[in-house]
Amino acid sequence: MRSRWRFITPVVALGLVLAACSGGNNASAPAGSGGGSLSGATVTVIGTWTDVEQKNFLAMVKPWEDQTGATVKYQGTRSINDILAAGIPTGVLPDLAGLPGPGQMAEYVQAGALKPLDGVLDVNTYTSETAPGLVKLGQVDGKTYGVFIKASIKGLIWFNPKLHDYSSSPPATWDDLKTQAKANQGNAKAIWCLGISSGDASGWPATDWIESILLRQAGPDVYNSWWQGKTKWTDPAIKQAFDTYMNDVVANTFGGGTNAVATKFDLAGDPLFATPPGCEFLHQASFITGLGKFPKEKTGVDYNFFPFPSINDQFKGAVEGAGDLFGMFHDTPAAKSLMKYLVTAPAQDIWVKAGGALSANKNATDYPDDISKRSADILSKATAFVFDASDNMPTAMNAAFWSHMVSLTAGKETVDQALAALQKVADDAYSQ
Amino acid sequence: MTDKLVTAIIVVIAVPAVLVGYIWGTEQALRLVSERMKPRIRPWLWLLPAFGFLGVFLVYPMIGTVVTSLQDKFGKKFVGLTNYAWFFGSDDALTALKNNALWLIFLTLLTVGLGLLIAVLVDRVRYESVAKSVIFVPLAISMVAAGVIWLYMYGYSPPGAPQTGTLNAAIGAVGISPVPWLQVESFSVNTFALIIVMAWMWTGFAMVIISAALKGINPELLEAARVDGATELQVFRGIIFPLLVPTLVVISTTMIITALKAFDVVFTMTGGQLKTNVIGTLMYQEMFSFGNSARGAAIAVVLLVAIVPIMFFNISRFRAQEAIR
Repeated sequence: MRSRWRFITPVVALGLVLAACSGGNNASAPAGSGGGSLSGATVTVIGTWTDVEQKNFLAMVKPWEDQTGATVKYQGTRSINDILAAGIPTGVLPDLAGLPGPGQMAEYVQAGALKPLDGVLDVNTYTSETAPGLVKLGQVDGKTYGVFIKASIKGLIWFNPKLHDYSSSPPATWDDLKTQAKANQGNAKAIWCLGISSGDASGWPATDWIESILLRQAGPDVYNSWWQGKTKWTDPAIKQAFDTYMNDVVANTFGGGTNAVATKFDLAGDPLFATPPGCEFLHQASFITGLGKFPKEKTGVDYNFFPFPSINDQFKGAVEGAGDLFGMFHDTPAAKSLMKYLVTAPAQDIWVKAGGALSANKNATDYPDDISKRSADILSKATAFVFDASDNMPTAMNAAFWSHMVSLTAGKETVDQALAALQKVADDAYSQ
Repeated sequence: MTDKLVTAIIVVIAVPAVLVGYIWGTEQALRLVSERMKPRIRPWLWLLPAFGFLGVFLVYPMIGTVVTSLQDKFGKKFVGLTNYAWFFGSDDALTALKNNALWLIFLTLLTVGLGLLIAVLVDRVRYESVAKSVIFVPLAISMVAAGVIWLYMYGYSPPGAPQTGTLNAAIGAVGISPVPWLQVESFSVNTFALIIVMAWMWTGFAMVIISAALKGINPELLEAARVDGATELQVFRGIIFPLLVPTLVVISTTMIITALKAFDVVFTMTGGQLKTNVIGTLMYQEMFSFGNSARGAAIAVVLLVAIVPIMFFNISRFRAQEAIR
């Protein structure tokens, strides 16, 4: 999913971090309790943020530095995985660090490197302020080790309000969506817009579709065990998601599957704005507003979005997205104080206000635009939060998933053929 | 900066010095052997550095590749022929192999056939150099750029929408509905679409070389035939073509090797999806995308084994030609 990361995280940097010891005393000083005790202390932090994001993060910690007199030494790096992997055995680690994902977090916990945050954060406030799905992801064996500093969500459905405005009452269920789409189709040529061409990564927008459907149809547990290679591709639950994609989406796509395969993902939504419209809806993450014809159109007037409706009521509120998980490797007083400060609403509001980020904290509300505000609302209500499944699969599996989605969408193979072939790849890819 | 200066000095002065020193050294050493043996030993001593370089830069990596292909993904233990078994048991790999065969046959036929046709046709026109330049130019374009250009040629929009792809606009003008060229798997239409891109680039190359060979044919020979009453077709079949055969063989083998090495066009235009993979793109995916250098090496060895007979043929052909002279 290389292509997508180009838009989501513009992160390019190199860097190495040497952990420095904080010279502070042992008195525990809660954030905001006034300077003095932490004065002169240093907290080393590494994260994946560079450029604008780095600036935003530093702006976020500035008030804490002013108040406590401590300093944050931040390094932005893309090779955070390597640095942490190398640091675990040697102990050369930063005080706080961005973690690659929940899987690695659990490994670091088992290695005894990550410190629990239960005594550090005000757990009750944290749990009440944060989306339950995100709290769960930061836990190992019931203890909190990771918190989300920022997040983003995927699987939004974009529409043209001029055709029919869904903002006031978005479809609550998939069936409802299908009924409403039919009733309000007007002169639109088709229900869905779809474009999955993306160079040698062609097919990824279709894998996102499968993920969106599967998560709501079979739930987060099946979803996770699927990308972990435990649930087989030929499993009825997976097949059902593929069938839904083929029968409800591809069959009702503007120009059919052939056109979807020939259309570049960034231009997929353009028919929304044509007269007469080519389609009613486009399924894509929020970065689409920077691509194709979207930047020329007006938010709320020419386009808007609603969350992916629930399919199986049991899994209502499950959300797919990405997020920056943060953990603590050294429990110095300054590090603890910084960690505690970072998850609070006032701290989160600083970054949120600068744009480009969603906060896991529902009390952070200073969003600069309506789209982020409503995305944050979806995030804060998330009952379960999952990461992009295909990104977490072995690369060979991911590439085969893309490529079979292309063949499938183009009508070159049946769902059963595609799933059998994918399972064959899985047998090979997960065994290595 | 000083590093670079030192390197430059080494290259300009030290390398020739070492070479001269080597030859001088061998002559010194040759004093030890009898006068009769000297001419026998000397060429081998002179060839030794070249063999050394060949060994380090060609033979050693080749053996390394074979060894890697017999190991597991991490290069830690030997797994025998597992990687080869995977290659010949995988649909993807066999599709790639089949596509490479198509590339080999049709790229060679197209480039050599069209190159010959154009070379013969433009031989007698006044604007020959202009025509040849125009046909030769695509070879100067990078293959990635050519792929992008041809993506526009093959572009597809749904029926009814304005066709921005050149080819679909053209067939649309005569009322045929648009074809998604790069998606049609039946009869390998999409692979042929890719082969055409490569043929577009390489026809000029074949043409230039054939044209040069054509100029080398003695005009008096053709004149004599015409005086004897031969038609133009007879002149071509009886004289020109036989004289061109050695050139055509050399170009064909070059094109065969080009076809076996096909990568850029496929990678740029389809990424190997929809059954358009070739050995080159498959090797890249295994080695760099999936981090499985063992399989990548196995593919490289298969490719090498496929190329060797062609190289061998090329060399023996070359030797035969030398013998005639």
